[in-house]
Amino acid sequence: MNILEAVFTGITQGAMIALVALGYTMVYGVLKLINFAHSEVFMMAAYFGLVFLSLLIGDVSAVNGIVSPEAASSTFAGVFGALRGHPLAAAAAATVLAMLAASALGIGVERVAYKPLRGRGKGALVRVTPLVTALGMSVLLQNLAQLLFTARFRPYPQVLSGEVQVPGLGAITSSRALILGASIIVMIGLELIVKRTWFGKAMRALSANEEAARLMGVRTSRVISMTFALGSSLAALGAVLFCLDQSQVYPTMGVVIGTRAFVAAVLGGIGSITGAMLGGLLIGIIGELVKLTDYSGGVDVLVFLVLILVLLVRPAGLLGSTRTEKV
Amino acid sequence: MRVAHPTRASLALADGAPLLELTDVKVSYGGIKALKGVDLRVFPGEIVAMIGANGAGKTTTLKSIMGLVPLAGGAVKLAGRPLAQDTTEQRVAEGISLAPEGRAIFPNLTVLENLELGAYLHRDAKAMKETLEDVTELFPRLGERMKQEGGTLSGGEQQMLAIGRALMARPRLLLLDEPSLGIAPKLVQQIFRAIAEIARSGVTILLVEQNTRIALSTSQRAYVLRTGEIALEGDAKELASNPEIQAAYLGG
Repeated sequence: MNILEAVFTGITQGAMIALVALGYTMVYGVLKLINFAHSEVFMMAAYFGLVFLSLLIGDVSAVNGIVSPEAASSTFAGVFGALRGHPLAAAAAATVLAMLAASALGIGVERVAYKPLRGRGKGALVRVTPLVTALGMSVLLQNLAQLLFTARFRPYPQVLSGEVQVPGLGAITSSRALILGASIIVMIGLELIVKRTWFGKAMRALSANEEAARLMGVRTSRVISMTFALGSSLAALGAVLFCLDQSQVYPTMGVVIGTRAFVAAVLGGIGSITGAMLGGLLIGIIGELVKLTDYSGGVDVLVFLVLILVLLVRPAGLLGSTRTEKV
Repeated sequence: MRVAHPTRASLALADGAPLLELTDVKVSYGGIKALKGVDLRVFPGEIVAMIGANGAGKTTTLKSIMGLVPLAGGAVKLAGRPLAQDTTEQRVAEGISLAPEGRAIFPNLTVLENLELGAYLHRDAKAMKETLEDVTELFPRLGERMKQEGGTLSGGEQQMLAIGRALMARPRLLLLDEPSLGIAPKLVQQIFRAIAEIARSGVTILLVEQNTRIALSTSQRAYVLRTGEIALEGDAKELASNPEIQAAYLGG
């Protein structure tokens, strides 16, 4: 495996990390809160995707114990049977459904764990209390997943096989090509949403000054809900793509990817959307390059080393805002 | 100038009835009483000034009108209707806009985006374009800096942006919190000329100021706020010649 290939694999890996990192950074932007439950929304989304995909392709062996074969062929067959025999369409539909379900979960987490605390408490507690409920929510979701889906590792049905030829790189697996393509499209789309739409402007206004945003007539609680929905659906996209490519699903998978994504968001400058994308790509590439050496077990060591070094030089991260408001 | 909202400007208001009325408004922060019962009326077409020292409760009064602080007592009415149940967003929709203390523009958004956000509640492209033209006519400097980020503007330009952004909502009632604060004297003159012009276009203005001289010369009526209570009120010119006011706020 040469360096160029490693970089390319790193980019696909990084794109997936970036999709998750965006959720951290957007929520931090509007609420100044580290949503520790985000990694578990990612994990739950992987399960949602698995269940939907299994039902859509009509093969429920991977969700043994969650959905019985009888239910799949009777109750759900009417709704989910239409795409059987079209694995690609089924994968796309499962992704969209998982994104919707994850959005609902993200909004739910915000309503239950953060919204009731907003504007209450004093001084440092205003920031600390939601942080503690975030951690609590994270543990709760992880345990809920164990309860619902058991702790066993479940492989995704391999619906994407084969390879595509990329000039200059040779053959790459079609799932990697899909990750890369989908990530690029989504990130461009996200830039457009944030820069051009009223929702995006309201989100940026809210992130700069909540009270001033309300004075413009922005319904802040709605913008916050939509931010959670958007961030969670991006994490869901990352989760399904990741699992289609390489992974099994298990209840603690969020910890591994979530930590890297969080590091990516901080590395790029938390609150900065472009920063999260950049941070994700960097971490992905670093990870793959380390695998070329004899120290392949030390990926996380190096990732955190890079994080510490960057923060020592630029405390706000690579693209973080260091502007102080003029008064 | 067409900044006054056409439908709102013509909204029925009985002759002689105030557009804004505060009766016995009380606000507390924790145990501290910031407003101890403020009575205040603003009639359509007026510029009313509210002067007073730091900490007298001027900003709190404006925040209570916008619903940004909860009332401990009393009532705020717009055109005779109590606003108690309305959120800040609804009050903006009903035609009250505030250019807040410290300007609070969005520093990472361009000047144009800042102004567009002012029109967040009515996004009709044609009306927005018209109001934008009016605002740039009022403040030509903003027109020259549309693509610049708000944070790069000078203090005076940021104040213009804050007022322009408030006007984009086409308010009936414009609340201004210390528009002269920390701004070069030359720009202060310019901003107050613009305020007078906004009032001529039919927007009613409640102006909070520490710069008593310019506040009293721009307004028709004024209230003097002292430790959370109205200490004096009356015709702006009379207040300006009041010895007590001259000693306390006009430097003798």
